[in-house]
Amino acid sequence: MSIAITTQIICFIVLSLIVLVGALGVVLLESIVYSAFLLGGVFMSVAGLYLLLNASFVAAAQVLVYVGAVNVLIIFAIMLVNKKEDLKPINDIKSRRIISTLICVTLLSLLIRVDLTNVWNLASPQNSIGEESTIRIGEHLFSDYLLPFEVASVLLLMAMIGAIVLARRDVMTKDISTGLPVDQELIEKSSEPLLTNKN
Amino acid sequence: MNLESIPLQAFLIVSSVLFCIGVWGLLNSRNAVRVLMSIELLLNAVNINLMAFSSYIDNNLIQGQVFTIFVITVAAAEAAVGLAILLSLYRNRVTVDMESFNLLKW
Repeated sequence: MSIAITTQIICFIVLSLIVLVGALGVVLLESIVYSAFLLGGVFMSVAGLYLLLNASFVAAAQVLVYVGAVNVLIIFAIMLVNKKEDLKPINDIKSRRIISTLICVTLLSLLIRVDLTNVWNLASPQNSIGEESTIRIGEHLFSDYLLPFEVASVLLLMAMIGAIVLARRDVMTKDISTGLPVDQELIEKSSEPLLTNKN
Repeated sequence: MNLESIPLQAFLIVSSVLFCIGVWGLLNSRNAVRVLMSIELLLNAVNINLMAFSSYIDNNLIQGQVFTIFVITVAAAEAAVGLAILLSLYRNRVTVDMESFNLLKW
């Protein structure tokens, strides 16, 4: 990386602050729409962290896949299921909160202790591939990682078909084996129409 | 302070904190969409870890970056299927409250 070290450190601090504050906002904010947009900000800053690590291809993939696809998908899901509802109160919510926070803080202290005390076997920066990482990723994907690459394409196809099958609305009107009409109430509960006629 | 590069530990600490925030959100969210968002946060924390190790420890072969590509692929598939399941749950239960999905509770 050809940027001066001071600039790198400033970029790192700003990006990690955005990541951590944004993640806290995603988890804690009351409105789910704000959470979704903050999640997009978190993804963009993570892409910035990848750029600091000399990984331009992965940063581009992160922006394309996470911000462009996953985040948009989440926002669409929020639009489809956005209904104001009063959540039923849970009687032991306070003890649940305390226990889960304790678990998370313990896990965090454990992880940070490992991060700081372990002696990492750092490689020398001389034989670093630097900004040519895209070429090396291409070599990997078409030589020693060829089988996982092809399996990933099959996985994407399966996920696409699975998502279509799970989310489609039209169901069969006749039972295939008996020929009798299917009771639609079993498949889909009748719900209030979203757009009511105002006239 | 005279540094040649950002220390590896800084990236590891950021990813640890992000992972713990994700776990907290996963345990405490009542909206199912927010649970999916927390899973995405967890996957991103793991990706930061992989990228940091690939840049500092395996900086010639960068196998960590290839792993990150695969994780991003699987995360996209997971998000699509997860949100489809969520839609069909919403159609059947008319709610996204995690507490009301207790069909498998014994």
